[in-house]
Amino acid sequence: MYKVAIIGAGVIGAMIARELSKYDIGVCILEKENDVAMGTTRANSAIVHAGFDAIPGSLKARFNVRGSNLMEKVAGELGVKYKKNGSLVIGFNDSDRAVLQELFERGNRNGVKDLELICGERLREIEPNISKSAICALYAPTGAIICPYELTIAAVGNAMDNGADLKLGYEVEKIKKTACGYELISGEKKICAEYVINAAGLHSDKIAAMAGDTSFTITPRRGEYILLDKECGNLIRKTVFRTPSEMGKGILVTPTVDGNLLLGPTSENIDDKEDRSTTAEGFSKIIGEARGNIKEIPLNKAITSFCGLRAVGNTGDFIINSPACGFINVAGIESPGLTSAPAIAEYVVEMLRDMGADLIEKKDFNPHRKPMHYFREASIEEKNEIIKKDRAFGKIICRCEEVTEGEILEALRTNPKARDLDGVKRRTRAQMGRCQGGFCSPHIVRLIARELGIKYEEVTKSGGESKINLRKTKGGERI
Amino acid sequence: MTDLVIIGGGPAGMSAAIAAYEAGIRDILIIERDDSLGGILRQCIHNGFGLHKFGEELTGPEYALRYEERVRKLNIPFKTDTMVLDITPDKVITATNSDEGIFKIEAKAIILAMGCRERPKGALNIPGTRPSGIYSAGTAQKYVNMEGYMPGEEIVILGSGDIGLIMARRMTLEGAKVKLVCELMPYSSGLARNIEQCLNDFDIPLKLSHTVVEIHGKDRVEGVTIARVDDNKKPIKETYEYIPCDTLLLSVGLIPENELTKKLGIKLNNITGGAEVDENRETSLPGVFACGNVLHVHDLVDFVSEEAETAGRAAAEYINGVKASENIVEITTDGNIRYTVPQRISGKNDVNVFFRVGKAARNVKINIYDGEKPILSKKKVRVAPGEMESIAISADIVSRAKSLHFCMEE
Repeated sequence: MYKVAIIGAGVIGAMIARELSKYDIGVCILEKENDVAMGTTRANSAIVHAGFDAIPGSLKARFNVRGSNLMEKVAGELGVKYKKNGSLVIGFNDSDRAVLQELFERGNRNGVKDLELICGERLREIEPNISKSAICALYAPTGAIICPYELTIAAVGNAMDNGADLKLGYEVEKIKKTACGYELISGEKKICAEYVINAAGLHSDKIAAMAGDTSFTITPRRGEYILLDKECGNLIRKTVFRTPSEMGKGILVTPTVDGNLLLGPTSENIDDKEDRSTTAEGFSKIIGEARGNIKEIPLNKAITSFCGLRAVGNTGDFIINSPACGFINVAGIESPGLTSAPAIAEYVVEMLRDMGADLIEKKDFNPHRKPMHYFREASIEEKNEIIKKDRAFGKIICRCEEVTEGEILEALRTNPKARDLDGVKRRTRAQMGRCQGGFCSPHIVRLIARELGIKYEEVTKSGGESKINLRKTKGGERI
Repeated sequence: MTDLVIIGGGPAGMSAAIAAYEAGIRDILIIERDDSLGGILRQCIHNGFGLHKFGEELTGPEYALRYEERVRKLNIPFKTDTMVLDITPDKVITATNSDEGIFKIEAKAIILAMGCRERPKGALNIPGTRPSGIYSAGTAQKYVNMEGYMPGEEIVILGSGDIGLIMARRMTLEGAKVKLVCELMPYSSGLARNIEQCLNDFDIPLKLSHTVVEIHGKDRVEGVTIARVDDNKKPIKETYEYIPCDTLLLSVGLIPENELTKKLGIKLNNITGGAEVDENRETSLPGVFACGNVLHVHDLVDFVSEEAETAGRAAAEYINGVKASENIVEITTDGNIRYTVPQRISGKNDVNVFFRVGKAARNVKINIYDGEKPILSKKKVRVAPGEMESIAISADIVSRAKSLHFCMEE
């Protein structure tokens, strides 16, 4: 029996779990996939929005600005890369200028600091590579970038280190109200909790319905992206948005915390909550529009394209409420959801307290987590100290990203432990470079099999049926 | 200070080391990132290696072993499981391994022999899902030949590069069904003998001017949509065809692995993706040489060895203080000849210039001009982009020329 069960290990579930792990209560996160951060969190623009977009008075506005203010500290504690690179919304004509003026005023009302309306010369001073046809911009120095799955992995890991449990491959199929709380049933298994937090992202409407709440629906909105090689990461420093129009926010161009350049997203409502396929149309739309943002985009440096699904609620705002005793919805968390996550987590804890949950602070709560990339960032002397203690750190497995065996083993041994190739990739960057795992994946498969105590051919790319190898060859195994 | 550091212990690195040793250099170090010498040859268990060099058909591991045995016999030092992280233009190399940690070595001369890597799927941006079951052909080769596991049963191959062709046969022999090979171009970039022996002998269709336009499947590949492409390589909607399969292998090109070369600020060639070199395989940075697939992608390992020997001997001369020739003639090409290696020659000795053509043709002439003046012409009965060609130029011709312009004419 847990005090609180959180359904969904996306950034929202993760941040709530971490917030709750500060208190002396039993917390469990239930996730249907083979790893955390597998839904909307896995693929989005990775931006900490300043907060000038949301309509004043909305939950989005409130949590965006608060979240943006909290993020740097949270990232610091969790050892997650965070960069306050600032963002620009660029305009090309007078009607854009009017919209920017509106955003500027809205941002001020929302409490965003240091906003500035700028034009041509100052714009190019801030961002020399900006498109020649841009004439004005809204500059938000508090805009930042972060890696959403790194944040989520770190938050879940920190929550686990502070006592929270994580159940992977646990798809809640039925919810039963009991005298003292809820039973969350998945196949033959069941977990009981006094309070349930529905942070199931794309599937949060389905989960709410299991608890009898059919007041909202979630529509998946497809967003395709293109990622360029690190060689291109320095083309721009700021996150560059276009002035929003009736057609939406348009394509943005941004550096990532890892030094790549990210272009996207497209925006298209679809029906299938699992359809993350990319399209030729999406690809050309991104290219077409991104060319308008900055001067030159070397598209031959594209290393991958991907598609994310935003969980769009039908209310126009975040859906954070309690439709039944002890049950909290945290749903419809579309943009600026990533930014809002730390603020939403605080708020949900207050909701629980108001509901009568007995929250006593732990004395030994440790807010800190060792950065996942501490080895990468260490000096040569520090690295050599580490290698002396553990030889595995001297051996490079992924040559493109220079990831050592030691780092991969750590990803397989540290909460939340990686269980498949993609899990190792998200934690270490191994397979994320130019060759996309061509050289190193067979080595990593071997390490995963060894660490998990499973057969070589049982190792998957991403859980489920995504096996890498299907059987032994006629000749049998490596000697 | 080490006289000669060779980065890469594949066929190029080992040949270069042996040649330098035979030219009198003793203070040599080969640095290899894998756990043993041999490079990619270790996973190429098919035969067909060594016809030019040894006059017999060897497998990849056998070919590599001949060089490894020689390296061991000569006691040429090498470090395996050691990865070079950085090189500076003043030839200080930073490397790491488990025994020594991260360490630095200063070299008088360096030979770059890092080989090449395969172009990955991301570079193609095929629309659709991103399930398990998509591998570059070389990765599949490693799973099958080194690890002993089959990454798929029903296979479509995109690209008709040699590794893809070899893997079509290999996986068929292991009991898999290779449904077809799609090639975007109207011709294959693979060797004619591989198309014969790996596809035709097994009734595997090669669909020229075809590509994969979409990948299907959630967890694992369930199928691909293929299509014929028009003259501008755009897929033709009416020809879309769904092919059920659990695996897509990619054999869509090799890229010389020049990340270290870039760190050295060495001038790279846009077409080869490797350094620009003279006939000694010396790069724009004196004392730094490049050979094998890191310089330009070869079809046959025999020519890799030969090129590496040239680089090894030249590095020995450099270490011994022999001055490089100052009379340098630049080579340029027309569009029909895509590139040459070397890109510049001194005319000190007779030299073999290697090149690739941009399109398949019959009964052509390779003409070399000095400005407007024709100075050499050679007939070729059949040329194809998949087959590297060469032409011998005498020192005499070069020493009288100001520049050399290579043309392919009908």
